[in-house]
Amino acid sequence: MKRSKWLYAGFVLPALVLYSVFMLYPLISSLGLSLFSWNGYGPKTYVGFENFAKLFGNVNYSARFFGALKNNVIFFVETIILQNATALLLAALVNIRRIRGTKLFRSLYYLPCTLSIIVVGYIWTLIYNPLWGSLNYSMDLLGLGAYKLAWLGNEKTALLAIAIANAWQYTGTPFVMFLAGMNAVPGELYEAAEIDGASVTRQFFRITLPLIMPVMFIISVIVFVGNFSAFEIVYAMTGSTGAPGYSTDILGTFFYRTCFGSRLGMPPDMGVGAAIATCMFAIIGIAVAAWFKMSKRESDL
Amino acid sequence: MKRKINIKFAVVYLVLTLYSLYTMYPIILMIITSFKANLEIMQNPVGLPREPIVAGFVTLFQKENFGLFFANSLFVSLVSSIILLVVSILLAYVISRYKTKISDFLYFFFLAGMMIPLRLGLLSLNDLLYKLGLIDSLWGLIFIYVAQNIPFTMFILTGFIQMIPVSMEETAYIDGANTWQVLWKVIVPLIKPAVATTVVYNFVPIWNDVFYPLIFISTKERRTLMQTVTLFFGQYLTNWNLVFSALTVACVPVIIVYIFCSRYLIEGMMAGAIKG
Repeated sequence: MKRSKWLYAGFVLPALVLYSVFMLYPLISSLGLSLFSWNGYGPKTYVGFENFAKLFGNVNYSARFFGALKNNVIFFVETIILQNATALLLAALVNIRRIRGTKLFRSLYYLPCTLSIIVVGYIWTLIYNPLWGSLNYSMDLLGLGAYKLAWLGNEKTALLAIAIANAWQYTGTPFVMFLAGMNAVPGELYEAAEIDGASVTRQFFRITLPLIMPVMFIISVIVFVGNFSAFEIVYAMTGSTGAPGYSTDILGTFFYRTCFGSRLGMPPDMGVGAAIATCMFAIIGIAVAAWFKMSKRESDL
Repeated sequence: MKRKINIKFAVVYLVLTLYSLYTMYPIILMIITSFKANLEIMQNPVGLPREPIVAGFVTLFQKENFGLFFANSLFVSLVSSIILLVVSILLAYVISRYKTKISDFLYFFFLAGMMIPLRLGLLSLNDLLYKLGLIDSLWGLIFIYVAQNIPFTMFILTGFIQMIPVSMEETAYIDGANTWQVLWKVIVPLIKPAVATTVVYNFVPIWNDVFYPLIFISTKERRTLMQTVTLFFGQYLTNWNLVFSALTVACVPVIIVYIFCSRYLIEGMMAGAIKG
C-alpha cells in the first residue's frame, strides 16, 4: 500500500509541476510585478504603488483606463443581452416536443463557437465594410439605403457592431447549456401543468425559466470573465488603438497597448501594464468569487 | 384546432431555419469570398463567384509557405492535446480513486485555475519564458496551453472516472495487472467518449489561438497558422481574396473535426453544464 502512495504521487507530479509553473506562478507573480518599474527585459526597480499612482493620477492613463472600463461594461451588457435572449428563445423552441431536427439545429448553432475569434472578427469586418460589405448591400436591396453607415468607423455603432459579431459567435454556448438545463427539468412538472390547463407559454415562464436561472447565472459569469479579458475580437475588427476615437477601447486592448504598443506617442510601460492587469484580475476575481459562493449555496440546498 | 397547431409549428421551424441561415451565412461568405477575385468581391459582394478562382490558395502554399505554418500549428495543437490528455488522466485517476484530504485539496487547487484567464499573468509569463529560454519557441506555447487547460480536462475526466465502479478494477488486479495497466487498459477504454470530448475541446481552441503566438513568437519560420493569418490581414489589407483564402485554410481543419465530433462536443458540454 505504501508503494502505491508513491505511485500516486508520481501520477500527480507532471500535472502539478506544469500547472504550478506555467499557470499559478505567472498569475500570482504578475500581481507583484505591478509594484516594480522595468522595461520588459532589464532589471526591475521596486517603486511601491507608483504604477497605480500613474495609472489613476496621470490623465493620459486614467482617462483611458476609465474609458476602457466603461466600454467594457457596455460591451458586456450588450453581449449578455444579445446572447442570452437569443439562446433562450432558440433553446425554448428546439425543446418543444415533436420538433424534429433538434440535433441538426444544435450542431449548426454551436458551429461558430469552434471558429477562431480572429477569423470571426475578419469575416464580420468584411460584412460591415461600408463599400462592399453585405450589410450595406442588403440594406440597399431592402430600400434602407438612407440608413447605411460605416459601422466600424462610427463611434456610435462600432462597439455594438463588435458585440453583435461576438454574440453571433458565442450564442451556441448558452444555447447548449440552456438545453441541458431544460432537459434536466422533470417531465412530471409539465404533465401536471398540462392537466391544470396551463398554456405552453405559461409553462415556460412558470416552470422552465425559474429552474434554469442557475444556468443563466453561470453563463453570465463565463461571459463576464471572457469579456473582461477579451482582446482578439476588438484587435481583429478595429485594431489595438480602440479606434474610432477610443470608442472600442476595452481593458484588454488598453493593457496590450500599454505593454507592447508604442503608438500614440506613449512609450510602452510594463509597470503600468502590470497595474492594469492587476485591476483586471481584481474585477474578474470578484465575479469568480461570487460564482463560487453562489454555486456552493446551490449545492448546500 | 389542428390547423392552428400546424401554423404554430411552421412559425417555430421558420425561426429556427432563419437562425440557422444567420449562423451559416458568415462562414459561407468566407468560403465564397476566397474563390472570388478582388474586383469581383467589390462588384458582387453577396452572390456566388461568377468566375471562381483558386489563385489565393496557390499563392498561400507556393509563395507564402503556408504548408510550414500549417505544420507548426498542427505540431503545437497535437502535442499539447496529447500531453494534456496523459497528465490529466493520471491526475484525474488519483483524485477520483485516492480518497483523502490531499486529493480533495488537489481537486480544488486545480479547479481554482478554471475561471481565471492565464493572459492576466502575461507579463510574468513573458519573464518566465525568457528565463527558461522558451521565448520564441513552439515548446513555450505548448507548455502554456497544457498548463491553462489542465483544470478543465481534469474536471471532465474526474467526473467520468468516478462513475466507473471500483469492482471493475479489482477484477483486473486479481488477474495480476498493475495500476498502470489498470488505468490504460480498463479505465481509459471505458471513458472513451469523455476522452474524445476533452481532446476536441483542447485541440480546437489551441489551434485557434492567436494571443500567445502574437506575443511570444517572432521568428517567421515558427509562426502558427492563425498568427500568420492575423499578420496577413494587416499586411495585405486590400487583397481580400488572399486574406479570405488564408482564413478558409485556417478554418477547414476545425470545421472537419467539428463535422465528425460535434455530437461528442455538444453532449460532453451538456453533461458538464448539469454537473457544474
